[in-house]
Amino acid sequence: MNKPVDTPKKKFHTSPLKLNLRTKTILIIVLTASMLVAIVINSLFIDVSTITTNFSSINLPPSFEHLFGTDWMGRDMFTRTLKGLGLSIMIGALASIISTVVAVILGLSSGMNKYLDSFVSWLVDLFSSIPHLLLIILISISLGGGVIGVIVGVGVSHWTTLTRVIRAEIKQINTSEYVHLSKNFGKSKWWIAKKHILPLILTQVVLGVILVFPHAIMHEASVTFLGFGLSPHEPAIGIILSESMKYLATGVWWLAFFPGVSLLIIVLLFDLVGDNLQKILDPTNAHE
Amino acid sequence: MIESENMKNKNMKSENLESRNITVTEKSEESKELLSVSNISISFLQYTKGLRKNLLKVISDLTLSVSSGEIVAILGSSGSGKSLLAHAILGILPNNADLTGEMTFEGKELDQKFKEKLRGKEIALIPQSVNFLDPLMKVADQVIGETVDEEDKKAKKAHQREVFEKYGLDEKVDDLYPFQLSGGMARRVLVSTALLQNPKLVIADEPTPGLDDVAIQETLNNIKQMAAEDRGVLLITHDINAALKVADKIAIFYSGYVIEIANVEDFTDDGENLIHPYTRALYKALPQNGFNLYKGHQPFHGELPEGCVYSDRCDQNTDSCMKINPDLREIEGKKVRCHRGHRKYSR
Amino acid sequence: MFNYRKVAIFLGHKIVRLIILLVAVAIISFVLVDMSPVDPVRAYIGEMAVSGEHIAKLQEYWGVGQPMWEKALHWVWSMLHGDFGTSLIYRIPVIDVISERFTASLVLMFTSWVISGVLGFTLGTLAGMYRGSWIDKFVKGYCYVLLSAPTFWIALLLLMVFSVYLGWFPTGLGVPAGVLAENATFWDWLTRLILPATALSILCVAQIAMFTRDKLNNIMSSDFILFAKARSEKGWGLIKRHGIRNILIPAITLQFLSFSEIFGGAVLVEQVFSYPGIGQAAVAAGLRSDVPLLLGIVLFSTIFVFCGNTIADIIYKFVDPRIRESESNE
Ligand SMILES: Nc1ncnc2c1ncn2[C@@H]1O[C@H](COP(=O)(O)OP(=O)(O)O)[C@@H](O)[C@H]1O
Ligand code: SF4
Ligand SMILES: [Mg+2]
Repeated sequence: MNKPVDTPKKKFHTSPLKLNLRTKTILIIVLTASMLVAIVINSLFIDVSTITTNFSSINLPPSFEHLFGTDWMGRDMFTRTLKGLGLSIMIGALASIISTVVAVILGLSSGMNKYLDSFVSWLVDLFSSIPHLLLIILISISLGGGVIGVIVGVGVSHWTTLTRVIRAEIKQINTSEYVHLSKNFGKSKWWIAKKHILPLILTQVVLGVILVFPHAIMHEASVTFLGFGLSPHEPAIGIILSESMKYLATGVWWLAFFPGVSLLIIVLLFDLVGDNLQKILDPTNAHE
Repeated sequence: MIESENMKNKNMKSENLESRNITVTEKSEESKELLSVSNISISFLQYTKGLRKNLLKVISDLTLSVSSGEIVAILGSSGSGKSLLAHAILGILPNNADLTGEMTFEGKELDQKFKEKLRGKEIALIPQSVNFLDPLMKVADQVIGETVDEEDKKAKKAHQREVFEKYGLDEKVDDLYPFQLSGGMARRVLVSTALLQNPKLVIADEPTPGLDDVAIQETLNNIKQMAAEDRGVLLITHDINAALKVADKIAIFYSGYVIEIANVEDFTDDGENLIHPYTRALYKALPQNGFNLYKGHQPFHGELPEGCVYSDRCDQNTDSCMKINPDLREIEGKKVRCHRGHRKYSR
Repeated sequence: MFNYRKVAIFLGHKIVRLIILLVAVAIISFVLVDMSPVDPVRAYIGEMAVSGEHIAKLQEYWGVGQPMWEKALHWVWSMLHGDFGTSLIYRIPVIDVISERFTASLVLMFTSWVISGVLGFTLGTLAGMYRGSWIDKFVKGYCYVLLSAPTFWIALLLLMVFSVYLGWFPTGLGVPAGVLAENATFWDWLTRLILPATALSILCVAQIAMFTRDKLNNIMSSDFILFAKARSEKGWGLIKRHGIRNILIPAITLQFLSFSEIFGGAVLVEQVFSYPGIGQAAVAAGLRSDVPLLLGIVLFSTIFVFCGNTIADIIYKFVDPRIRESESNE
């Protein structure tokens, strides 16, 4: 009786229909992720040879039969776009993994000693002072263009941000109590890194991959659009859009519109996954 | 009864006031209740890893009042939510905070709108640290506040200079950025901001830490002077000595609860007039009273026991203490939250 | 106000850094280009039918088969000469191509930089001020979408709407047929500039607006804002006196740090609108293996980005009173 009543907090009452933030966030992540996976799987099953040229149905505007219309060779733009998106996502994935691996290696080694640390921060400076796009072009040229060129180019130009984050994180961990203790017990640096540092930066790494992804996809499309990436035979979004430029003047707007919108949506979906994942893993800013 | 005691107290204290520019003027009118806070609770909606929702209750069921000319100290360890109480009174709680309970100011209900009208005018805050000053603005410019035209600016500037002068801040200080102020100077600036207007109630949030003895004394004198000018003062502190030096009443904070509101005279001799076991332990821990350190720590917000919050450390707890959280009840003109106290005194 | 000696020392340091940086960039890009398996002659000829004799001549011209160090020496020599070699596709000194093209690009980038800076800051401030209102939602939505949109696609859309559909601008925005570049009027320049500058601004607005909004939200929940409120400041006055004052320096700094991105954006936008700038030249040089030109562009764009970063550094170090003070006490 004497216990003070916990007055219900009006402000925080949620209606039964409104999901709580945790459920909502997880739901968004799961839905978006499965959508992306579905696109990749779908595109894997599209055989490029089935995107047939059909001169009886060239330059058709969007219809139920051809959702995104057809191009000047009568190819179905929806199928081409889907295939291109799948390609973009896979390239993006590989590139983000490369950049994350680079970032982790450099970030960890910067924690090893002072010289390595200043070398790494110099490298970061170096790579962030060449415009990304030029760097990707250079790397792509040096590898003779093609898929490998783009993947490596995008991967190698996107590690700097994550490296900075990991470096800062390690600095913080290194000054903490238990790392000092371990040092006093004569543990090797690698042991400390494996035991204490890696688990803590794992969150950053997972987030890093996801957050680099959208940039990777967009850069891939850009370089390909400029003509440095994939060969013109591959149905990459960049290729489709650069081809569409030749036909713009004839008013076939759907050639440029739909593939671009699809790419935009994919990038947005990745952003959504990234943001929500960040919220779950690091909820300091979750209220709003 | 309490009032007359207060008066006596004040006379006694005014004798050892330092004389620098400040003369204590005798209180003229009958003191009246300014601020009354009843049963307020403050909680935070928080998200922990994995976005699990967590309602963190920082202040529970707090009741308190301040009259004009009176200094009420709130004594609590750091992190116990004292600043939040101050912010709640001024209506500047963070967005994710939830406030329940009632407050009145001069008898009128103190809702958000009324708070916004009063703050900076009738109610002034002396903030906890120099971080409460805009780091990119010169001190004088920011304490003057917004001005409508040159004339207004001149008048406000002159007034600011006058107040600063009173606190021994010369003209050079006006053009300093907050980070350039020394600890003592910063404190004087913060204290002086309260008197740029003519507030009825001053809330001083931890005005003493980081200062040397002379500066502490000076700050406390300033606060006493404010009360002597018939303002009510809510002194927030974790320094029991500071509280004992100037306050009329001391409210003891423990794990978000006010467990006792004692009169300062109760903190004498053996402390036998202190009712709550925690207040006594606190008093006994003072160096001049034998330095009897007490064991354990306050339960953190969010892991409070079911019964009395002090039950795990109390040497007088009973079964009912473990089950039922005592209410804050009035006993002999004081307010206490303890079953033992209730039993002992209500007979 | 400023301590000139300190600024001089600072700039001296920066120049040394820049030189080291340029050497590193030169080495890296030279090695990268030299590694390329692409046959420069083939890349240059493209689809043209050319006799074997001609090819041999071209190969000599391109330096195919020369050892790497010889080529490197050659390049360094040309740099010391100040002409950075001869552009293979334009057949004039690289430095001339770059100075003409960079000027055109600077006009484009500067216009968009200013517009996006002002617009982005305003939108971000409004969004931060009226947090949760429709304007906040609009700005947030705009930023989210545009930060996810490929630059060149936005440019394509603009081209489609304003040139093809509305016909307000010519589709190819190069020099109008029959008019020499020197004879193009100011008006010609302007019509050529509007669409690319719009495209580039639209994109750059997103970043700065988002940043301003988040920063303002952060600042508005800081202690000194609480105290300002407690002293009865409120509304626009509060935002102006304490909010904007505290986000202005970070926002300007960010805007200077975005030189790299705006350069990348310019490359794409120039490509879409056939705007005769440095980006277009870079793409042409890359696609057709004009190594001297490509290397020259890389070096100069590095300087460009470096300047932005340095200015950002200067603002950060010498404008913020807190840091200004602590530096001089060292
Ligand atoms: N925005 C917030 N969100 C969640 N918890 C908060 C927030 N602000 C303060 N708190 C909690 O309130 C407690 C009390 O803070 P404060 O009033 O500053 O204590 P005191 O002034 O007594 O040192 C802190 O321990 C902190 O956990
Ligand atoms: S209520 Fe019980 S446990 Fe709590 S302080 Fe009083 S006697 Fe101790
Ligand atoms: Mg506090």
